[in-house]
Amino acid sequence: MAMSGAGLQKEGRTLESDMVFKAIALAAAALVLAILGLIALSMVSQAWPAFKDGGFDFITSKRWVPNDPDGPDGPLGPQFGGLAFLYGTVVTSLIALVLAVPVSLGIALFTTEVVRPRLRSAVVTVIDLLAAIPSVVYGLWGIAVLAPNIVTVYDSVADAVASVPGLSTVFGQGGTGRSFMTAGVILAIMITPIITSVAREVISTVPDGEKAAALALGATRWEMVRGAVLPHSFGGIVGAVMLGLGRAMGETIAVALVIGSSTQIVGNLFKSGNAIPAVIANSFGESSGTYRAALIGLGVILFAMTIVVNVSARIVVRRAELRLRGAA
Amino acid sequence: MTAPAAPLAARKATTSAELSARVRGRRRVVDAAATLGFGLAFLVAVVPLAFVIWYVVSKGIGVISADFLTADIPRQYRAQGPGMGAAVAGTIVITLAASAMAIPLGILGAIYLNEFGGQGLLARVIRLMSDVMTGVPSIIMGLFIYTVWVRQFGEQTGFAGALALACLMLPIVIRTTDEMLKLVPDELRQGSVALGAKQLKTTVSVVLPTALPGIVSGAMLAVARAAGETAPVLFTIGLVYKANWSLGGANTTLAAQIFRNASQPFEGAIDRAWGAALTLVVLVFVLTFIARFVAGRFTLKQQ
Repeated sequence: MAMSGAGLQKEGRTLESDMVFKAIALAAAALVLAILGLIALSMVSQAWPAFKDGGFDFITSKRWVPNDPDGPDGPLGPQFGGLAFLYGTVVTSLIALVLAVPVSLGIALFTTEVVRPRLRSAVVTVIDLLAAIPSVVYGLWGIAVLAPNIVTVYDSVADAVASVPGLSTVFGQGGTGRSFMTAGVILAIMITPIITSVAREVISTVPDGEKAAALALGATRWEMVRGAVLPHSFGGIVGAVMLGLGRAMGETIAVALVIGSSTQIVGNLFKSGNAIPAVIANSFGESSGTYRAALIGLGVILFAMTIVVNVSARIVVRRAELRLRGAA
Repeated sequence: MTAPAAPLAARKATTSAELSARVRGRRRVVDAAATLGFGLAFLVAVVPLAFVIWYVVSKGIGVISADFLTADIPRQYRAQGPGMGAAVAGTIVITLAASAMAIPLGILGAIYLNEFGGQGLLARVIRLMSDVMTGVPSIIMGLFIYTVWVRQFGEQTGFAGALALACLMLPIVIRTTDEMLKLVPDELRQGSVALGAKQLKTTVSVVLPTALPGIVSGAMLAVARAAGETAPVLFTIGLVYKANWSLGGANTTLAAQIFRNASQPFEGAIDRAWGAALTLVVLVFVLTFIARFVAGRFTLKQQ
């Protein structure tokens, strides 16, 4: 089973048609590597003018002035410092994780440990529907329904924590509907199904014997979860959270609609901001020259970030699964 | 002598029973609270789902009509009344074209991974990179096709959008098909080879038919995902108002139209956005449910 069909072609003669078949199949599989390589190559080469002009300012400066008021030959010229977008991407993704991780773990444990097997697939279907809704529909709902109505919540939270130092900065006065927080909430809804499904898979690889042993020793369900399930699946859950992070960082359309598109770095999460994919989506159409190169450069940075997060997440998940299978 | 001892022992027994009852009570409360928490987490996720579906249906149902699905898109956002015909046509044409490219290639790739590559280094690397590629943001696919295709040919076309969506679908099809091929029992392959079949014949007439329902289900989920994507088509397909049923020339999709109209201040535009959203959600849910039905009804069960 483990070796699947791979062992078969070694036996007997290799026929010409099989060789051709293998070559075609290999070409199709290698397309994945080719596309990823081409993405990196073509985007870096297109973004090169912006990287060359800006140097490290590209990620350390927060001055993003694509159209200098004095014209392209003015004293300052256009400037491309992407720090504010980097900040927005990180902040909205972190808000999404803080909101989505406890909920997702709760749902994963609810499906695997609480719900009767017959109802399990119904619960899974409901959560999968959350993943099936296109992101632009979340964006439409966010901009038309959530953003106008959530301002009152922001105001009352800001009033409640007004006298607490620290919190009064993060949850400050004067919130707007299109803000870091609204984007974070929408992202949280969108990444919950991903974290849930990976966490569920990891949790379901915990050996039944260990769970039964915990119960036989008189543990309650919660003690069984804490003592047998969570320690066993910790690594995989970390991987699931990182996959959610990768998705949150790259999510474009919903964020572009609800984040408010203002280039600023502020601590107040109820203020509007911007994020890397959102600024690309909103400004690419009207850009040209170095401006366009700078936007593609932001895309390169986003690509690199998501590749790092996804590769490490997959490795963590796979290690955790292998270890669990070994233990079983 | 023994008389006083008996009550003492009895008393001790009572206290320890009381003690253990109290401990058990606390543990039971914690356990109940945890179970309640798990259930609440599920409810917390269901509430936004219900809200989104409710709004999409209630705001979209009054907008949708036969006319809405076929009429041209008004050139002005502020215009009232129907028209998403161009977007319906574009969504169908572009998604079909993307599927026609990504599904066969994805299945072939999965055949390599499972029937030839096995656990070899190359197959393991490709598997890992396919997983990674499913996590590449969809806007990157749009930028990629823009730089290598749209810029080269100087024209935004429906075909360019289909290419971007195909890049998005390819790794999904590869990984779901790979998982399905893994479930095909080796005995079937051995039986076929023992009868003298070549590997091509074995794969096409034994392995693929066995795994077919799972492959179909995975492919349909990929189609559903592609149909709802906006970011990859944003810079690649351009914009039209009249239905364009060909892959050449500019086009538009439902998702792109929702994005365009959602941030407009005009009632007519917002109405059309909700109508397009309902159309798109119905399309995606129908695909998802068929996929789940096929998967649940016919797929090989894991052994």
